[in-house]
Amino acid sequence: MAARAQPISPWPGVAAAALVAVVILGTLATVAMRAESSGRFAPGDFAAIRFTLVQAVLSAVLSVGLAVPVARALARRRFRGRTALVALLGAPFILPVIVAVLGLVTVFGRGGWLSGALGAVGLPPLSIYGLHGVVLAHVFFNLPLATRLVLQGWQEVPDERFRLAAQLRVEGWAMWRLIEWPMLVRVVPGALAVVFALCLTSFAVVLTLGGGPSATTIELAIYQAFRFDFDLGRAALLSGVQLVLTVAAATAALIAGSGAGFGAGQGRAVRRWDARGRMVRALDGAWIVLAALFLCVPLMAIVLAGAPGIVSMPAQVWDAALVSVGVAVASTCLVLALAVPMAAAVAQGRFGVVEVSGLLGLAASPLVIGTGLFILVRPVVDPFALALPVTALVNALMALPFALRILGPGARDVVAAHGRLALGLRVTGWRFLLLILVPRMRAQIGFAAGLTAALSMGDLGVIALFADPETATLPLQVYRLMGAYRMDHAAAAALLLLVLSLAAFWSLDRGGRWHAEA
Amino acid sequence: MKHLVFAAGFLSATATVAVAQTPELTVYTYDSFVSNWGPGPQIETAFEERCGCDLNFVGVEDGAALLARVRLEGARSEADVVLGLDTNLVAAARETDLFAPSGVTAEYDLPVAWDDPVFVPYDWGYFAFVHDVDMTPPANLRALAESDTSIIIQDPRSSTPGLGLLMWVKAAYGDEAEAIWEGLSDNIVTVTKGWSEAYGLFLEGEAEMVLSYTTSPAYHLIAEEDDSKAAAVFDEGHYMQVEVAAAMETSDTPELARDFLQFLVSDTAQSILPTTNWMYPAVMPEAGLPEGFAQLVEPEKALLYPPEDAAALRREALDEWLRALSR
Repeated sequence: MAARAQPISPWPGVAAAALVAVVILGTLATVAMRAESSGRFAPGDFAAIRFTLVQAVLSAVLSVGLAVPVARALARRRFRGRTALVALLGAPFILPVIVAVLGLVTVFGRGGWLSGALGAVGLPPLSIYGLHGVVLAHVFFNLPLATRLVLQGWQEVPDERFRLAAQLRVEGWAMWRLIEWPMLVRVVPGALAVVFALCLTSFAVVLTLGGGPSATTIELAIYQAFRFDFDLGRAALLSGVQLVLTVAAATAALIAGSGAGFGAGQGRAVRRWDARGRMVRALDGAWIVLAALFLCVPLMAIVLAGAPGIVSMPAQVWDAALVSVGVAVASTCLVLALAVPMAAAVAQGRFGVVEVSGLLGLAASPLVIGTGLFILVRPVVDPFALALPVTALVNALMALPFALRILGPGARDVVAAHGRLALGLRVTGWRFLLLILVPRMRAQIGFAAGLTAALSMGDLGVIALFADPETATLPLQVYRLMGAYRMDHAAAAALLLLVLSLAAFWSLDRGGRWHAEA
Repeated sequence: MKHLVFAAGFLSATATVAVAQTPELTVYTYDSFVSNWGPGPQIETAFEERCGCDLNFVGVEDGAALLARVRLEGARSEADVVLGLDTNLVAAARETDLFAPSGVTAEYDLPVAWDDPVFVPYDWGYFAFVHDVDMTPPANLRALAESDTSIIIQDPRSSTPGLGLLMWVKAAYGDEAEAIWEGLSDNIVTVTKGWSEAYGLFLEGEAEMVLSYTTSPAYHLIAEEDDSKAAAVFDEGHYMQVEVAAAMETSDTPELARDFLQFLVSDTAQSILPTTNWMYPAVMPEAGLPEGFAQLVEPEKALLYPPEDAAALRREALDEWLRALSR
């Protein structure tokens, strides 16, 4: 089949994808080769794989399933505070795991607010521990992300479609069938794949809220292989299983989500004329209020826990905050440099493999990447001198899948809509990138950058494997304070982290939307 | 002005030379040791004052990750000293043949005899369940298993105290260990990845007791003037954690490494450890224990497997644990 001429070459994107794949598969291979014997499964591993799959599927389906009505409500309604709420949706996702878990436990735990309220009316306390607790926490982490991804699908429907729909009195069921359902078919599989991959490698949440060793995930089995048995072969093997599962999910999502787009519009702010009935409005309102409560109450718990200690926080916390901001800036630049060309390659429709390679970052165990990088760089330089660059790199690889998810569909639409005209006018290559692709995708790029910055700031990453006393990031400092019994200061540092991450997210995300309605 | 610039240039040049001649000692340890709130900074200052050297700490998560790191690096490791293994890891560490005799002599105040030529103990503690003072704790692990007291423990696969509890139950109950774990399974609210998560959840009120150390209440007493926490004494005895350091065979400054190990058991270092690492000193400092430690409970019986037994038993103990709690 002869390839159609394209205004922008896919090869930089393919090269970026290859680079990502080389880093992830290369580190895995390095660990495997360093092993004394080839890896074998241990008896408990299959139970771990099964449990991992069950919780990841449940978490993904619930997170995305709930995200659809919430995003729909947010897409249809304009209200005071909507912008702030949409920005807050980034918050749970970027918190260090331990902080988010403590926030959730303050609300839903046995001694939590909800149990207190139940106790007041004579009911027994809730138990958050078990599969349901794991899923609850994963929905808390991922519902907001899924909502943003699905909401973006709605926002990418050109205003002209809604105008036409309004003129033709397309409402309710017809609106769903003609516009919303085809849009969801394109967006939902990708969101499911991202959340699934994210939950696949989750470990501390699952163990803490899972209530015991029956909640053993693959990542915990890797941990055990690495540090309890020092069996690098098995660690690499299990990490390979994670990769295969993620690639399978990503490929399935890719096939399911490859529908046609809505074509071009003039990019005006979207206005809606449908769904004005009282019932629909009340229903949308209820979804928004419920989602906001579910997300904001645990965040409130984190704020309340941290506020008293914030003035007396030790100076090292501020130093660490500075380091974290630096790491976040570096990984954001790196992600954009990788993701924009990759999205451009994805946009041409023939390079699904690019998207799959982007997802690998989520599936790779940080322990295995960190160890592999460590073995690789050690003969050349002192790995401890590279603690921060390596942390920034690994954080970037973890954030890349999200950036791709956000940029991919938009890039596809831009290339489809403007590619031929640009070719005709000979606006190609760099000029197409700078004059057409980037400006048209300002909002998506801002969102992706904000998410990466926040994620990189909040993630512990691999710093714990490499740190020396002077180069602590803020999440590491939170763990160190907790490890030194200083729970109050840890809570305050966590609050600072929350504020910084949100500020980074909000400013970049807003920056992208400058001059456009949210 | 020119003179100043010249002088500054000259000074910095001599300073560079001085640094180049200063021997360097690299010590790998766990992360909480090097943190600003751990013993690291004070130990570093105190040792550098007397050694005329540059002491570099490198923090690696925790004891087990530390050993994994050293095994990964093998003979090419930069480390001169590894600090922060415990008796559960010593046998595996010895097997690597990477560690050299310490040459350290000291009058240890440990509840067990210590004559290992390689591994130098620098502090120790008893594992214990910590609780609020207003509850009456069970008298032993069996009573705990039979009661409906809620507890939070750590996973032995990812945490040092978690592994400690595994050995504790095994040392106290031998073949009955699995039955004890089955009895405990309904007391366990949850199992966490590490100590911090467990202790954090306990302070949030998620359980009545948490697996920690008998020395934990000392932190609350000394640093927070809070006497609301206590450690429960169990009559079957308490498993110990003895933390050790050792010099690397491959060190390019073996004498300095030995000096550092000797310094670790000196009065200076031993008086720093109790209120920074919150453990008992391996050698009693002349000034005795800090106030607050006197109020701590003292178990009547210390349990500890020799390193080789601990290594031989832990696989079996882990399988029993997994079987009992996965049911």
